[in-house]
Amino acid sequence: MTTSTSYPVLQVEHLTMHYTTRKGVVKAVEDVSFSLNKGEALGLVGESGCGKTSVALTILRLLPENAQFLGGHVYFFRDGSDEAHVRRALGKPVKILLNGREHQGRLLEVNRAQLVLETQLNGRSQQIKLGRSDITHLGVDLTALSDEEMRPIRWKGISMIFQAAMNSLNPVYKVGDQLIEAIQTHMPLSLPEARERVAQLFQLVGLDRQLMDRYPHEYSGGMKQRAVIAMALACDPDIIIADEPTTALDVIVQDKILREMRQIQKKLNMSMIYISHDIAVIAEVADRVGVMYAGSLVEFGPSEPIFKSPIHPYTKALMSAFPSIKGEKVKLTALPGEPPDLIKPPSGCRFHPRCPYATEICEREVPQFIEHKPNQYAACWNPLT
Amino acid sequence: MQRARVTFEPTQALWRVRLQLLWRGLKSTWAMFAESKIGLTGLGIIIFFILLWMLWPIYPWLMERLAWTPEELEAARNAPYGAISSIYQVYDPVTGYDPLIPLEENREGNILPPSRRHPLGTDQYGRDILAQLMASTGSEFTLGVLAALITVFIGTCIGAITAYYGGFVDTFFMRLADVFILFPLVSFLIVLGSMMELTLLKLALILGILFGFGQITIILKSQALAIKVKPYIEAAKVAGGGHFHVIFRHIIPNMLPLSFLYMMFNVTSAIFSEAALSFFGLLPGARTTWGIMIDSAHSGGYILGGRSFEYWWLWVPPGVAITLLCSAFYLVGRGLDEVVNPRLRKR
Amino acid sequence: MVALQTQTKTEILVRVENLRMLYPVATGVFARARSFIHAVDDISFDINRGEIFGLIGESGCGKTTTGKLLVRLITPTSGHIYMRVAQDPSTDSQGEQFVDIATLEGRALKAFRRNVQMIFQDPYESLNPRMTIFDIVSEPLSIHGIGSIYEREERVAELLSLVGLTPPESFLFRYPHELSGGQRQRVAIARAMILNPSFIVADEPTSMLDVSIRTGVMNLMLDLREEFGISYLYITHDLAVARYMCDRIAVMYLGKIVELGPTEEVIQNPLHPYTRALISAVPIPDPTVERQPIEIKGGVSKPIDPPPRCRFYERCPIATERCAHSDHPPLEDKGNGHFAACYEI
Repeated sequence: MTTSTSYPVLQVEHLTMHYTTRKGVVKAVEDVSFSLNKGEALGLVGESGCGKTSVALTILRLLPENAQFLGGHVYFFRDGSDEAHVRRALGKPVKILLNGREHQGRLLEVNRAQLVLETQLNGRSQQIKLGRSDITHLGVDLTALSDEEMRPIRWKGISMIFQAAMNSLNPVYKVGDQLIEAIQTHMPLSLPEARERVAQLFQLVGLDRQLMDRYPHEYSGGMKQRAVIAMALACDPDIIIADEPTTALDVIVQDKILREMRQIQKKLNMSMIYISHDIAVIAEVADRVGVMYAGSLVEFGPSEPIFKSPIHPYTKALMSAFPSIKGEKVKLTALPGEPPDLIKPPSGCRFHPRCPYATEICEREVPQFIEHKPNQYAACWNPLT
Repeated sequence: MQRARVTFEPTQALWRVRLQLLWRGLKSTWAMFAESKIGLTGLGIIIFFILLWMLWPIYPWLMERLAWTPEELEAARNAPYGAISSIYQVYDPVTGYDPLIPLEENREGNILPPSRRHPLGTDQYGRDILAQLMASTGSEFTLGVLAALITVFIGTCIGAITAYYGGFVDTFFMRLADVFILFPLVSFLIVLGSMMELTLLKLALILGILFGFGQITIILKSQALAIKVKPYIEAAKVAGGGHFHVIFRHIIPNMLPLSFLYMMFNVTSAIFSEAALSFFGLLPGARTTWGIMIDSAHSGGYILGGRSFEYWWLWVPPGVAITLLCSAFYLVGRGLDEVVNPRLRKR
Repeated sequence: MVALQTQTKTEILVRVENLRMLYPVATGVFARARSFIHAVDDISFDINRGEIFGLIGESGCGKTTTGKLLVRLITPTSGHIYMRVAQDPSTDSQGEQFVDIATLEGRALKAFRRNVQMIFQDPYESLNPRMTIFDIVSEPLSIHGIGSIYEREERVAELLSLVGLTPPESFLFRYPHELSGGQRQRVAIARAMILNPSFIVADEPTSMLDVSIRTGVMNLMLDLREEFGISYLYITHDLAVARYMCDRIAVMYLGKIVELGPTEEVIQNPLHPYTRALISAVPIPDPTVERQPIEIKGGVSKPIDPPPRCRFYERCPIATERCAHSDHPPLEDKGNGHFAACYEI
């Protein structure tokens, strides 16, 4: 993948989301920004409770009742010729990429020839007109959509493989029938068409089509996970978010599933977000990696520099806390302390109480998330070189 | 290995720490319980009945000062028939009567609708309904709570033991439970009542045992089964803990929240059963209970046909009391359910 | 003193011989079981004093069952587990006896339990939620009637600071749910250590912990080994963790040990085709490394009445005629204390 041809399918900007609980407000996602390119695999890595799943749920707007969305934008890009997408964007904040320039504003009007965009320039609003046929990347802010408008985005635009989803297969129905039903609720297909589609999907994820007529209890863990992946692929989504897709699986099965997911992704030129606590898995699958700690993204960039020369001390600590079966056997250094309570997170940089490089400013001010090395972003006052 | 050797000195006596922990636990349980409106409503009703129970000894004294005029008192003391020497004679729940009733407009016997001296009226023997109601509250509580305690004690122990040992013990007690569930309770009590005098304590014991070996054993056993497979049970065994230790130190303490919950529900069933039995006249009449109050109204022929509304004060107060108290314990149980089962909580 | 230590270095603490654990498969309520799951099928190995012996395998391979057998949570169907058991905990290793603990019962079993302990996988479930940390850690003492209540409190405090829960007073009277996963696992370790056991079975003790916490717990266990010479049976599915923790490892497949040897030797130079596949499937936290996977067929089945041939035969990429018609191959020494159970090496 070269940067010249890559363009974003998803841009997440300053996402902030809290949960209200009995004990207080859990600051679960705090100012998270990243982007996902077409055909790219992105890894979100972090410890349990660091907010990585919450980020995914916020993007898809699948939040529980006690969640408070506090701000941020999620731009979901599609081609300007996609009529449904353009209609959905009308009156909403949008981002348009045109000839290398980014136009941001509210989409006022759409007609056959052009789009009218209201933008803010130097505090004055002005209207610009853009030729319809030039627009290949139109991003609509998902946070501005109504629940009704959001529904077709889930599954068809962005689908998600939930953690432990393989346990959510209904034991009393045949696996194939469950997939057929799911497909028919989202796409106008007849029963034989849907059945054919499921057969194709089974083939794609490496399952025998005979297995369609079996019940979940006749499946092994790996087969169930494949079925769940097939379900996520059912509506040809632009993006798949996989939350701990292989955590409950044994290492040999995990290896096979990850390989297949990567193959499918390459084949369909899909974009993926892998969410995992296991940096080894992320290292294997991801082109770019975001490291999360205590609700914020602390580092983001292409996976090789992140693993070889991390900027943020937490990333480095995470790497050196992980044993490997390759290379020299070294004494691992444990990170002192415990992940913070997100109800009362530490002031300034949330990592400072555990950080060996912390200075006085870390305690006082939240570090900016900025580009420290080419394409490698981090939020740290004392970046490692 | 880097670490500081800490010289440790116990700061306080252990029992004091335990008391503090208990207090803290109670406080947090209360905080959760207090969020349940249902539970609080139930608790409020229970407190109301406890007040009623505690007010009973001073009720005649209060009435003497609040409701009776000096003239009426004087008249009662010098009544031609059944002159009273003390106001307590008027408000005795079993033998009480109002010596002034024959002087007033008399409807049928000594029956009197709610009035100043008798806020809920009197029954056909001239006894004050409110006095009977208050006097019965204590026995209803005692019976309900005692029976439920016995039930839950049996259920918890048998549930834990059957779950732990399984096999023959399990089969035996489960079949026994089937027998008790299918047991013709009312017929049995009718026979028993004809053979011996059923005092309140005996009744509590019988109801407690009959319920204890039945449904509740099965419910609590399933809970014990879930606890039995937890790794901390295995950890206790590895540490050398015997059967007794595992059952009483690990399984039962973890069943207790649920046991307590079912105790609340069982108070309800015990009170209902008592009311039903009294209504059938199976309990000795030397005292009052709410069931007996309804029974005496019924046997006097006052809840027949259209007359039941004419003489509503005979059966509405005890009926409402039974319903309220039973629902109160049920509601508290529901409130506790939310504490015990976090999934039911809103957040 | 030095001579004694070098001598104890190679002393065998646990010897497992032909251990078997078969579970009947219920075919009906009244029918007698005719099929058996061979959870642990004829395995033998030694664990030396002060050694961390790893048991590796996928779920359902019998590694946890083996661990439970060694602490006698369950009684084996057949076989022997010899263990050096201190008859009187006050005496040193001279007073120990080599006892077959596989068939112990009653008093003798309870006395044996002072010598071994177990650490469980899930720190959220292995501590009784209704007991305080003090009660949990001191439970083995109270079961065996050791010490007065004040002595116990002092000992618990000592252990808590040993496992890094300082200051101990602030932890003594808290409940498990008030602690984090890592802290709970430290409590479990303190509890396991309180009777000064010579042998601890650790069943995936770090698999539920977060990475940054996990290293601390692993290092703590290594430190305790250094300081007290405890032996561990370390059960894990994670080869990278096994490599970090263990001196020797045994790889299990469907109730059988297929390969056994010094950790580095087994990982760098695996002999058995299953071990090779297993090692090749482990993801490596380095994006520049491309792994070459070894494909093996199918998935793990259940060892219900397995046919009398190599357990790995159906999935083996190098199986031959001989494998189809011979018994499960014996564990043979292939040099350097590296054992493998395969005809085709």
